[in-house]
Amino acid sequence: MAVIPVSRKSLSFAERTYLPQIVSGLKTTFSYMFRPKVTLEYPEQRPEIPVNYRGVPTLVKDPQGREKCVSCQLCEFVCPPKAIRITPGEISAEAPTAHVEKAPQAFEIDMLRCIYCGLCEEVCPEEAIFLQNQYSMTGYTRAEMVNDKAKLYELGGTLPDDHFKWDKKKAAEEHGNAH
Amino acid sequence: MFDFFFQLHPFVQGVAKGLAVILVIFPLAGACSLAERKVSAWMQGRPGPNRAIVPWVAWIPFLGKFLQRLGVFHLMADGAKFLFKEDPLPGHVNKFYFILAPVVALIPALTTVVVVPFGAYFNELGAVVPLVLADVDVGLLAVFAVSSLGVYSVILAGWASNSKYPFLGGVRASAQLISYELSMTLSVLPVFLWINAPGMDGSLSLVRVVEFQSQPGFWGGTWFIFTMPLCALIFMIALFAETNRAPFDMPESEADLVGGFHTEYGAFKWSLFFVAEYAHMIIGSGVFALLFLGGWNPLPWVSLATLAGWLGVAGLPLVVGLLSIGIFMGKIVVLLFFFMWVRWTLPRFRYDQVMKLGWQRLLPLAIANLIAYAIGIALIPT
Repeated sequence: MAVIPVSRKSLSFAERTYLPQIVSGLKTTFSYMFRPKVTLEYPEQRPEIPVNYRGVPTLVKDPQGREKCVSCQLCEFVCPPKAIRITPGEISAEAPTAHVEKAPQAFEIDMLRCIYCGLCEEVCPEEAIFLQNQYSMTGYTRAEMVNDKAKLYELGGTLPDDHFKWDKKKAAEEHGNAH
Repeated sequence: MFDFFFQLHPFVQGVAKGLAVILVIFPLAGACSLAERKVSAWMQGRPGPNRAIVPWVAWIPFLGKFLQRLGVFHLMADGAKFLFKEDPLPGHVNKFYFILAPVVALIPALTTVVVVPFGAYFNELGAVVPLVLADVDVGLLAVFAVSSLGVYSVILAGWASNSKYPFLGGVRASAQLISYELSMTLSVLPVFLWINAPGMDGSLSLVRVVEFQSQPGFWGGTWFIFTMPLCALIFMIALFAETNRAPFDMPESEADLVGGFHTEYGAFKWSLFFVAEYAHMIIGSGVFALLFLGGWNPLPWVSLATLAGWLGVAGLPLVVGLLSIGIFMGKIVVLLFFFMWVRWTLPRFRYDQVMKLGWQRLLPLAIANLIAYAIGIALIPT
């Protein structure tokens, strides 16, 4: 590697007075006064949420409006800040989804603890918990910041389902090959 | 019409004038702080403060929204905030001087206003009557003498705070202000050499400077910024340094000194420092406009008398007075915008650069300029 000596050009008199440079700087800032503003005026304008955004964790229902969570508690175990608390419950034998056997009796996510890591979504075998677009959780009390089951379903809504896993299982069971 | 006022006891007149100064300069300084926020926002691609609104104004269909977007009600919101928030008094300060410092900042800033003429009208004889609270013959000297007392407040604040950064800010302020005062004073001397022709009564009156710039003819109507551009440049630079404005805002320099001399101040005492700073800016701009931009003359080679003649209002003192005040305030607003424009464009100088510029560049330049103009004026036959 050859060393290339570069001679630094000495400043001209005009440059040493700074004044032409200051004038050109003033021109630049002045032109910026008339450019469109870049501010997003938040409460009125909302940011565009990108796909796969990790917002507030929510519980979702399948397109038939059935509860997807089976209270396996994997999300509760994986949750790094221990924000999720699930009380498992049984599905009554008369219900049409009785073969699913379990559903959460209570499902609470403490949003003061949640770190929005998305591990619950990743670990869920039922695709029942999703971090969706909701990014602004506020409340006046600590109790308000704990999302219970009803709130989680309200936030989550319904998402499309590719598998209908429990329908397939039931069909298989009825046709005699359980596995 | 104003006979009633002039028949009052001089003391009452003085109090009334003092109150007028406070009532005009305080809101103006507040408006400057708002303008500063708006100008900085526009230059940075933001809309700036635009939320505060008074309910009754919000009901006006179009204007209300416009005023809200312009942020004019943030002026009231800011003022109310500074008045009502807790005024902290740190335990480690020298309480007497700590409280004295903002007051000392405000007094010279408001005092200089009285000798700055802000308009003129013509009496029955056609003579120019300046609008000024105290038409003293020392004029500019009074402005310089009183406004430079403002540095004491900065030093006092820095010292009384009993804390590292305010102290450094105070020390910087004292050195900087003394350095630039020299070039500032030297830079305006050619103007007064020029207007004080031999044989006349010597005067430093600012009114006379404006009258000199409103004479008929090409040379008579020329503003001094055209005949003495170097004086105007040096004066402008020194003015930036004297008012502690960027790029010379060494005393506060938030990057290296937290907040400089006002680090320990809050609430109303802090806002007093800013009222003082903006008052200094307003008066500095006013003096610059009087000395170099023709005062209340609307355009170069178009004097106030000419304009009043065109508009046909020369015989109405009140209209001419308001017109001249409007023109003069317009020039001040343009200059204040220039101050803000420069602040949001240039980075701050390093302290040694400030000192080098002041002592090794501006001062010799101002002296050379003075000598050149002294010789020039002596050679021109008048």
